[in-house]
Amino acid sequence: MNTRADISRGAGPGFSIGTVSALTGLVALGVLIIAGNAADPMMAAHAWTFFFLTVLGLLITGLWAGSLNGRNPFDPAIYEDTIVKFGVAASMFWGIAGFLVGVIIALQLTFPNIFYFPDLGWTNFGRLRPLHTSAVIFAFGGNVLIATSFYVVQRTCRTRLAGGMWPWFVFWGYNLFIVVAGTGYLLGVTQSKEYAEPEWYADLWLTIVWVAYLLVFLGTLWKRKEPHIYVANWFYLSFIVTIAMLHIVNNLAIPVSLTGSKSYQLFAGVQDALTQWWYGHNAVGFFLTTGFLAIMYYFIPKQVNRPVYSYRLSIVHFWSLIFIYIWAGPHHLHYTALPQWAQTLGMVFSVMLWMPSWGGMINGVMTLSGAWDKLRTDPIVRMMIVALAFYGMSTFEGPLMSVRAVNALSHYTEWGIAHVHSGSMGWVGFISFGALYCVTPWLWKRKALYSKALVEWHFWLATLGILFYIVAMYVAGITEGLMWRAYNEFGFLEYAFIETVKAKHIMYMIRVAGGLLYLTGALLMAYNLVRTALGHGEAGEATAADAPKTATPALQPAE
Amino acid sequence: MYETLSSFAQTWGLGFFVLMFLVAVAYALWPSNGEKFRAAAHQPLIDKDPSDD
Repeated sequence: MNTRADISRGAGPGFSIGTVSALTGLVALGVLIIAGNAADPMMAAHAWTFFFLTVLGLLITGLWAGSLNGRNPFDPAIYEDTIVKFGVAASMFWGIAGFLVGVIIALQLTFPNIFYFPDLGWTNFGRLRPLHTSAVIFAFGGNVLIATSFYVVQRTCRTRLAGGMWPWFVFWGYNLFIVVAGTGYLLGVTQSKEYAEPEWYADLWLTIVWVAYLLVFLGTLWKRKEPHIYVANWFYLSFIVTIAMLHIVNNLAIPVSLTGSKSYQLFAGVQDALTQWWYGHNAVGFFLTTGFLAIMYYFIPKQVNRPVYSYRLSIVHFWSLIFIYIWAGPHHLHYTALPQWAQTLGMVFSVMLWMPSWGGMINGVMTLSGAWDKLRTDPIVRMMIVALAFYGMSTFEGPLMSVRAVNALSHYTEWGIAHVHSGSMGWVGFISFGALYCVTPWLWKRKALYSKALVEWHFWLATLGILFYIVAMYVAGITEGLMWRAYNEFGFLEYAFIETVKAKHIMYMIRVAGGLLYLTGALLMAYNLVRTALGHGEAGEATAADAPKTATPALQPAE
Repeated sequence: MYETLSSFAQTWGLGFFVLMFLVAVAYALWPSNGEKFRAAAHQPLIDKDPSDD
C-alpha cells in the first residue's frame, strides 16, 4: 500500500501544477487562434470567453504557486477539503440560478402576454428552457456530484485525492463548460439534442475534463488504504464511466469548420433518435440515479450513524441497475419509426427496473431501523428519507409510463413534466440538499448548522412546493392527454389545440406557486449554509471536546 | 450482417450478460463474504485521517 502512495507522490507537487498549466496554456493558445478567425459571432464570443477565463486561471495559478514558498499544497497527510468547499458554493449558486430560471419559464408559459419580449430573442422560452434544464441537472447536480464524490472517495479510501492540481482542473474546467453551455443557449448555439444541446467544441472540452475526472477518481481508488472499495464509490464510478461513454457517442458530430459553432450529427433519422434517447435515458440512469445513490449510500449512514441496512443488497442493487438501465432508452420512442421489437425491449427493461430501484429505496430507508426518531428530530435525515420516497415514487411511475398503452396517454403531455420533476425536485434535489446540509458543518468544522429551524422551513416549503408542482402537472397532463384523443360523433377531433392549452392555465399558475416555494426554500438554505460556514448561531466554534477530525455525532463502537 | 449481429446479440450476448449478472449476485450472497461486507459497511462510520494507521 505504501509503495503505491509513494509512486503517486513521487512526481512532487510542482509536476501537476505544471501539467495543468501546460494544458490550460495550450487551450488558451488554440482558442486565441479560433477567436481571431471565428466564422460566426457566436464562436467569436465563446472563443474569447474561453481565452479570457483560461488566461485568468493561469494568472491565478501562477500567483498562488508563487506564494507557496516551498509549502506542499497537496500534503498527503490531510484530506483535500478546500475543493469540496468550492463545490458546495458552486452547487448552491447554480441551484438557485437554475430554480430561478425555472420559475421564469413557468411564468412565461402561464402569462405569455406579459413575459414575452419579441425584441429580446435571448429571453425566448426556447432559449431559456435548456438553460433551466442544464442549470439544474448539469450545473447544480453535476457540482453536487463532483463535490460529494471528492469528499466521499477520500474518506472511504482514507487517502488524499490523487493528481495534485488535477482535481482543481476538473472543478474549474467543468464550471467553464457550464458557462459556455449556458451562454451558448442564450446566443442560440445548440445542436438541438435534448440534454445534450452544447455544440462540438464545448463537448470536446467536457470530454477532456471528464477524462481528468475519471483519472483523479481512479487514482484515488488506486492508492486507497482501505482493503474494500465502499459501495458509494462503485456508484460514483459507474456514473463517471457511463457518462463518458454516453457523452462521446451521442455527440459524435462533424463541425462545418474548425472556427465555426455549427456541426452536424454523424447519425441520421431513427438511428440518431435512438442514440439520443439511449443517451437521454441513461443520463437519467447514471447521472441522476447512480450518482445520487452514491450520496445516499454514504450520507444517510453517516448522518444517522448506522451502517447501511444491507451491504449485500447494495451490491445486488448496483449490479442490477448496471445490467438493466442501459436497455430502457427506447421507451422514449414509442409509436415512432423505431422497430416495434426495440420499443418492446425498452418497455420490458423499464418494467424490470422497478425491482432494483425499490430494493435500493428500501435499503436506504431501512438504514434508519432502530433510529426512526431521527425522522422527527433531524430535518436533514427527514429530507433524505423523503428524497427516497420520491425516488420510489418516480421509479414506480417510470415503468408504468413506459408501458406503450400508458405512454399513448402520457407522452408529450404535462404528465411527463410532473414525472421528471418529482424525480428531480423530490429525489435529486432533496438528497442533494441533505448532503450539502451534512457536509457543510463537517467541512468548516462547525458544531452544527447555523439554524435547524431554517432547515425545517426549507423542508416544508420545498415539500409543499413539489406537491403543488406535481399535482398541478398531473391534472394538466391527464386533462390535455384526454382532450387530445377525444373524438366527436362524426370522427373529428373534439378540441382544437388552443383549447387544450387554455384548459391548463390555472394549473400553470399553481405550478408557478410551487416553483416559487421551492426557490424560497433554496434561498433559505443558501443563507443557512453561509452563516454556518461563518460559524454563527448554533454553528458556534468547534471546541477541542468535539471530534477533532469531523464534527460528526459520537460514534458507535465499530465492532 | 445485421441478421448475423442481431442473432448473435440475442443469443450469446444475452447469455453472457445473464451469466455475468449471476456471478455478481453470487458474489453478493456468498456466505464467506459476510465478514468482509460487514467491515465495509462500518468503514464510513469511522473517522480517520490519511495519516492514521
